[in-house]
Order: sequence, then structure tokens, then C-alpha cells
Amino acid sequence: MAAITEQQLGPNLQEPAGWRRTKNRIATIAMVVAFVLALVPLVFVLITVIARGIKIMSWSFLTSGPIPPNVAPANVGGIGPAVLGTIEIVAIATAMAVPLGVLGAIYLNEYGGKNWLARLIGFMSDVMTGVPSIVMGLFIFSIWVLHFGFSGFAGALALGCLMLPVVIRSTDEMLKLVPNPLREGSYALGASKARVTVTVVLPAAIGGIVSGALLAVARAAGETAPLLFTILTVTTANPNVFSGPNTSIPSQIFANATSPYVGAQDRAWGAALTLILIAFILMIAARIVTARFTRYSR
Amino acid sequence: MSTLTQQAGPATPAGSAHPLSQRRPLGDRTFQIITLACGLLVLVILVLIALSTTQQASSWFTTEGWGIFGTVWNPAANQFGALAFIYGTAITAAIALIMAVPVSVGIALLLTEVVPYRLARPIVYVIDLLAVVPSVVWGLWGILVFAPWIGKIYVDIGSAVTGIPVLDSLFGPPTSGASFFTAGIILAFMITPIVTSLSREVIATVPAIDKEGAYALGATRLEMIRGAVWPHSKGGITGAVLLGLGRAMGETIAAALVIGSSATITSHLFAPGDSMPAVIANQFGEASGVFRAALIGLGVLLFAFTIIVNIIARAIVGRSAEQGTA
Amino acid sequence: MEEPEQNVTANPQLTETASPPVPTTATEQQVPPEQVPVPGDHVFDVDNVSIYYSAFRAVTDVSLTVYEHEITAFIGPSGCGKTTVLRTLNRMNDLVAGARVEGNVRYRGAPLYGKDVSPIAVRRRIGMVFQKPNPFPKSIYDNVAYGPRINGEHSKRKLDEIVERSLRQAALWDEVKDRLNKSGLSLSGGQAQRLCIARTLAVEPDVVLMDEPCSALDPIATGAIEDLMHEIKSRYTIVIVTHNMQQATRVSDRTAFFSVLRNEQSDTRTGVLVEYGPTEKIFHDPTDPRTEAYVTGQMG
Repeated sequence: MAAITEQQLGPNLQEPAGWRRTKNRIATIAMVVAFVLALVPLVFVLITVIARGIKIMSWSFLTSGPIPPNVAPANVGGIGPAVLGTIEIVAIATAMAVPLGVLGAIYLNEYGGKNWLARLIGFMSDVMTGVPSIVMGLFIFSIWVLHFGFSGFAGALALGCLMLPVVIRSTDEMLKLVPNPLREGSYALGASKARVTVTVVLPAAIGGIVSGALLAVARAAGETAPLLFTILTVTTANPNVFSGPNTSIPSQIFANATSPYVGAQDRAWGAALTLILIAFILMIAARIVTARFTRYSR
Repeated sequence: MSTLTQQAGPATPAGSAHPLSQRRPLGDRTFQIITLACGLLVLVILVLIALSTTQQASSWFTTEGWGIFGTVWNPAANQFGALAFIYGTAITAAIALIMAVPVSVGIALLLTEVVPYRLARPIVYVIDLLAVVPSVVWGLWGILVFAPWIGKIYVDIGSAVTGIPVLDSLFGPPTSGASFFTAGIILAFMITPIVTSLSREVIATVPAIDKEGAYALGATRLEMIRGAVWPHSKGGITGAVLLGLGRAMGETIAAALVIGSSATITSHLFAPGDSMPAVIANQFGEASGVFRAALIGLGVLLFAFTIIVNIIARAIVGRSAEQGTA
Repeated sequence: MEEPEQNVTANPQLTETASPPVPTTATEQQVPPEQVPVPGDHVFDVDNVSIYYSAFRAVTDVSLTVYEHEITAFIGPSGCGKTTVLRTLNRMNDLVAGARVEGNVRYRGAPLYGKDVSPIAVRRRIGMVFQKPNPFPKSIYDNVAYGPRINGEHSKRKLDEIVERSLRQAALWDEVKDRLNKSGLSLSGGQAQRLCIARTLAVEPDVVLMDEPCSALDPIATGAIEDLMHEIKSRYTIVIVTHNMQQATRVSDRTAFFSVLRNEQSDTRTGVLVEYGPTEKIFHDPTDPRTEAYVTGQMG
């Protein structure tokens, strides 16, 4: 028998050669490039906002008012009324949307199950998250402002409508994650369905629910369009949320963005930095809550 | 003795009211009704939106009739044809999708197929950060920083393609930093997170055995993606793209700031233009009467378009997710 | 695991051998009188009960009586319906969509599925311990106090008493008395199951149902729970579903052996009660050949 060399016997374990390999490499590089393309604008925006906003940022910037006219230079006045407005309006919107959203999600998950109504509500809830925020503003304008005038409350209604489907969806996901044996353990002790839900299911899911709510708040705090026709941006602080026009941080940014005056633009950058910081803090808080408070079973 | 032991005693003999009978606790029924009412709120709000805005816009519909799709928008002359804005919305959304979809799907594939788990989390954080930048901040940066910078590039491109048949109509002058194309780019940045995260969800439903089967045949990663991932997820990814479309159509503030606010229909992508949400935001302040009704009517159209797109998108994504796991 | 296919068909004749002779007098047994448990009050009277999930008949024609202060074991191969029957006794099957009970179940003389009977009231008297320990994500104290609290007990002093008493009954007090505030999720398997038992005992039920309570536990933890069952037997009535025949012989007074009827046409399995009697008799002198096949290990 002729001697069989190692070359002939051994299997060919080399990588696919030539074109196949190259195509694969290109694809991988393309995916990484895609990520970089998304990263670049983010980095630029953040750098610009931080660089330009930090020059003007200070405690007095955040608290003093009224908001000076666009002509005024940067070191005059601040956006205090806008900060107050954002806090008030977002707080009220949250106070309306979160309880209603959580209760709605409880219906979907604990009572409705697979019946047609629950599936319809769940589906339309998802669809509602895609309704443009400006349409919500027009809606509240038509149905509230025309009768009761501009107010922070009207803005809160619009933001609440935006937040509601988001809270419902995220709460529904969290409730689904609570394992059924926990519910059974509670039923077996003679609890009614309402009690099971409130005393066992909700506490178990609370971490995720709060985290989802925080993210909804972050989104609402940054919204401008729904506030345009509901609070009617003003420059003086209005602590009365229920009557009279109001202002908010995003509204101020929008108002200042098209101004040619440097002072106004600087205030806009400072306000933008404030907004980003708020959103960032809420995001981090949401992650902390998720990490520390979600554990359902051994 | 505690009251508990009394309750736990045996049932009294038949004939007397036995302690096993208690009606369903009143609180239980009330709670169920409350939760149902909260759930129904979603449907109620959607219906109210449709009704109230349509009613407010009715004077526009009745005055213009089919003229609502006219090409001339001149409030001073009481002409409110909205075609320019519909065109602007469509163009900017198209530009945004063309740019955002490959990037988003690429990132989604990167996260699901390429990157080890530890690296995936920071990448997801970056995408989440992208999502959390408010629209008005994008607009501010867009108009004060990005538009001036890219405006110069437009001028260069514009003069380079002057005279060349198709390219001139698309990219030739007039150019402006605030234009359709700029708005499209900013919109692309904004819709990337949602298209990415939904694509990820869809790709995650591809059964692992299919992927392993492809690898077991000696496929490279690209071949596996084309053979195993794509057939399963193309439906779902289409849904994700449609959701991105809905988002791009409705995005108001960033567009309002960088689109140029010029109600023209033109093929020149670098020229200033306008879109439905942008014009509503920019002109609502001074509007009244039919003018205002027209703007609200644009809102009605926007609502209708986005609802339809979202319904189709969610239906596709829902169905694909089921098929993937079947 | 095999079913006794050579003995079991869908033959209706089988229902005759399927209804077990309920032992009412000691003379019916071939067991020495002192080993036959003297039956006390009837706690459960199950009469020709069949259980359906929608159209599917999961269990057919079960009749047996559970006596007070005894430990009754349900044994049998997988899928024979023993857990289904157990869950019928505290109406936990109500939670499953499409579940239906036909026949008569009486709890101390009163119909358990009567028109105006509240399942919530039922479950306060008839508690259940599950196969996999399911402590609530609350503190140990709050786990045990949960039942009394929903029954309206809010006095801290009373609750402290109840928690200590229940944990002592469950033989867990010494191990956890210094960390009652720690989460219930931090306990080991055996401890967690004893916590669940303490939680069940805290509402002072009449009956404790146990669905394979030791199958997720190691032998030492299992032993602890079996000892516990013996100790609390004098105050409660216990029904236990178990896969483990040795366990049944160790703890139970009476045993019910369930098996599976295979329906060839629809390819479904229905559970059926084969034999029910004092444990001694079931294991050493069973009447039905299927019982003998099962307990001697020839099948399942």
C-alpha cells in the first residue's frame, strides 16, 4: 500500500476560504459600523449640550424668574418658572396616569386574560403609544381648553394621555412575570382575587412597575408638542396649575431655539442640559429599582 | 380563644345557615369593575380623540371639500390646501427610514448574533440613551449646530451635481441647512431606538434550533443570518419598520425646528420644506377660524395615518412573534 | 413508567371493581383490628365524582370518605388524577378555566359545591401545601402572618403569638426566630416548605391538603416534614398526595390507590380510583390485582 501522507488523511478544518469568508467579515464590520453610526450623533448631541449648557448652569439659573426676554444676555435671570411648571405638570400627569394605568394592566392580566375585550384593550394600548404627541395636544385643546382655558392642568391631561398606554404596557409585562405559584399560595389561604392581586401580586411586581413608571415620567418631562396648545408658554411662574397659562422646560427651549439672540440661545442650552440631566437621573433610578426590587422566587 | 378557631370549626348540620356560605366579598366585585373601567379608558380616549378633533376641524372639511388636498396653502388668502405638508411628511419619513432601517437592523443583529452577553448590555444602554434624548433637544441641536454645518456640505454637493440629470433634481440647489433632508436625518436618529429594540425582540423569537442547524451545516454567520434568521423575522422586522414610520410621521418638534418651514412641493431634498406636525406646531399660535380648523384637520389626518400604520404594524409583529415560537 | 395495560381497558365493567369498599367495620378487613384506624367523623364524603376539563374527563367516578384526624394518602402513577382530586377538595380547580365537577362532594355534611358556597370560605378551612415551596417575597414573619391578616387580625401581640405558634408547629421556630425579618425567599428548600406549612397552619384550618410536599426536598428535609405530619395529626385532618410509596406507608392511616384508564379511540387517559382502605391492607393485602402490581413495584 502506498504511504498515505498526513495531508491526504487529515480533515480540512480551515475556515471557509475566499469570498465566503470575506463576505462574512464585511457583514460583521457593517454591523459594527451601524452601531457607530448610531453612537456618533448621540455623542455629539451630549457633548454639545453639556459644553454649552454648563456655562450657564447654576442654582440661580434653575430657580430665578421671571424668564427674561430673548434680548437679555445669558447671565440675567433664569428658567425658574419653567422648572416649576415642569415639576407641577409632570407630577399631576403622573398622579393620573400611573394609578389608572396600573389598574388597567391589572384588568388585562388578572381578570381579562384571553377574552376579546382584554385583547382589544391590550392591542389598542400598543397602538395608542404610537399616537403623535401633537395630536394629544390638539385633543385636549378641543375637549378641555376651549371650555376651561389654558392651564397647567390641561397640559397635565395631555401628558397623562401620552403616559397611560406606556404605563399599561410595562405594568402588564411585569404582572405577567409574577409566577403563578405565588397566586395559588395566596388563594389557598382563602384570599379573594382582589386580595391576591393587591397583597401578593402587586408587591411582587412593584419593582418593575415603578421602574416602568419612571421611564414614562422621563418621556413625559421632555415632551413639548402636547404643551403647545394647552399651557401657552409664558415667562412668569404660575404655581396655580389649574388656571392660567404656564410654562415648562421643553416649552422654553422651543421658544428660544429660533431666536437669533445669544442670550436666549444660551438659556436654551442650559435648559436642554437640565432636561437631559432629569431624564438621565430618572433612567438610572429606574435601573436601580429594577435591580434591587425584582425577585419573585427562590 | 381567638376568633380564628371559631371560624375553623366544622360546618353546622344541614338545616341551619352553614358557615361555608358567604357571598363574594363586596370589595372583590368593586375592584374588578374599577380595573375594567381603567382598561376601557384607553378605548374611550381614542374614540374621543377622533370625535373631538374631527368636530373642530369640520369647518375646514366643509369649506374646502376635496380642496384639503390642494397645493396652495395661503392663510392670508384663505386657502388651505395641505398637499405640501403631506408631501413633506412622506418625504422626511422616507429619508428617515432609508437611513434608520439598515442601521437599526444592523445593530439588532449585532446584539443578538455577534456580541457576547457582557458586551450587549452597554450597547443596549447606548441605544436607551439615544431614546431618552427629548425631541426638543434634538431640534435645538439640529437648528443651532447640525443644520449650519450640513448646510455647507449641501452647498458643495449642490454645486457639484448642477447639470447632472437626476442628481440635480434631487440634490441640486436651492439648498438650505434647514431642509427636508436635515429633518430626515434627525428623524432617523430618533426612530433608531424603537426600530432596533423591536427588531431585537423579533429576532430573539427565531428558534435556536434553526440557527444551530445552519451552523451545523458549516455556514458562516452571514449565511446563517440569511438562511435561518431572515425568513423567520422578515415579517416582524417589517412591522418594526412600520412602527418607525409611524414615529417619523408624527414627530413634531425636531421637525418643526429643522425642516425650514416653507410650504413647497419640490424634488430638491436639500431645499426647505414643511410637514404636517411641523406646520401645526409653528402656526397654531396665530390661527383662528378656518385657519385653526385646517391645522386641527391636519392633526386629524395625522391621527388617521398613524393609527392605520400602527395597527398594521402591531398586527404583523404580533403574528410573527406567534409564528416564530410555533 | 408503565400503566397496567394488560389489566385496564375502557371496559365499563371495570367501574365495578373501581369503587372501593369503604371500610366501616373492622370485621370486613383481614387486618388485625388494632392496625385498622377507627374512623372518626366524616370530613369529606366524595360520591361518584367525575372531574372534567372542558370536554375532557380527567377523573372518573371517585367515591371515598376522608375521616377526621387521620392522614389519608393518594397514591398512583403519573397522570392518574390524584392531584386533580386533591385540588377538588378545596376548590382550587375553580381557578382553572373549563374545570367542572360532577357528583357530590360533602364537607362535614355540607355540599362543597353548593350554590351559595364561597370558595374563599372553603379555602380558609381547608388549607393546601404545594409541591414546590412557594413562599411569598415577603419577610418570614409576614409570610406566616399573611393568612391571619387577611382574616382581619391586626393586633401585633396576637400576630406575634400566632406566628410563633405556627412556626413551632412547623418545627421551624428555632431555626428562624432570630431572623423573622429576613425574606422568605432566603430559606433552603426544606425550610421554605416548612414555612409554607406554618403559613397554612397559621389560619388554624380544619384540614390540610398536601400535594407531594416532599418531592422537591432531600431525604433529611423529607423526614422532618413527615415527623411534623405525625405531630399535627391530632389537631388537623391531612390528605397527602405522594409519589413515594414508602412515605405513604410511613405516614398515612388510609390510602387510596388511583390508576389510569386509557381510552383507545380518543387516545386520552382518565384517572380512576382503584382501591381505598387502611394503609396496612392496601400494602400487604390488597384486593385488586392492579393495586398489588403497583405496590409491589411491578408497574409504575
